[in-house]
Amino acid sequence: MNPSRSASHRVLAILVGCVALGTVTLPARALAPGQSLPISNVSGKDAAALPLVDGKARVTYIDFWASWCGPCRQSFPWMNRMQDKFGAKGLRIVAVNLDAKRADAQDFLAQLPARFELGFDSGGAAARQFGVKTMPSSVLVGPDGKVIAVHNGFREEDEAELEQRIAAALARP
Amino acid sequence: MQRSTTSRGILLGALAACAALTGCAAWQAPQAWEKGALARPDMVMGGDALSQRFEQHIYSSKENASGGYGVGGGGCGCN
Repeated sequence: MNPSRSASHRVLAILVGCVALGTVTLPARALAPGQSLPISNVSGKDAAALPLVDGKARVTYIDFWASWCGPCRQSFPWMNRMQDKFGAKGLRIVAVNLDAKRADAQDFLAQLPARFELGFDSGGAAARQFGVKTMPSSVLVGPDGKVIAVHNGFREEDEAELEQRIAAALARP
Repeated sequence: MQRSTTSRGILLGALAACAALTGCAAWQAPQAWEKGALARPDMVMGGDALSQRFEQHIYSSKENASGGYGVGGGGCGCN
């Protein structure tokens, strides 16, 4: 083969390689109801593994939050109320913090203490696996570890609907 | 068609550079949890409330335009 053709082949190979590279990284897909959880643990407060589904709770409410997220300030008192109200019936709330700095999360928690379990995912690895698209996001998980519902954002108007979903999930046999 | 080796070299180099730029498609917008810096109060596009009101009044009186400012789009991505 003469040199000019092999050079053109090389350029073509580079072109194809670059286009392939452009398509390789795809954004994570949000979870759909009925799917199982993409990961089973997150880091707990003392860096020990915290299981997302502990096998004892009937319904798990996993919430992704951060200290800089305004709606999260509204969601914490609501989550405390839910934990108090439905905890005995089998609700377990796990709020996974996505702050890059633990100190920011601790400042937030000093103002809004949590009566539910806390996970920490500063690198965002768990959030990426869950396909988190908004802050905050929450996932309601049934006893079988399968997703019941996903909710994006948090507004006062959503509180009643979310509470209904939790109550309905707990009422299922 | 006859091309000199230098012009062929330039053409191939340009093609390779264009091909390499397609790698930019791999860049993604910041993820929702990475927007902490955007949520800081100093990252709001407008100035203080008074100057914002002045600007919005000018937009609405001169251009009959409104909106496009405030919380939406920054920080939480919750809209």
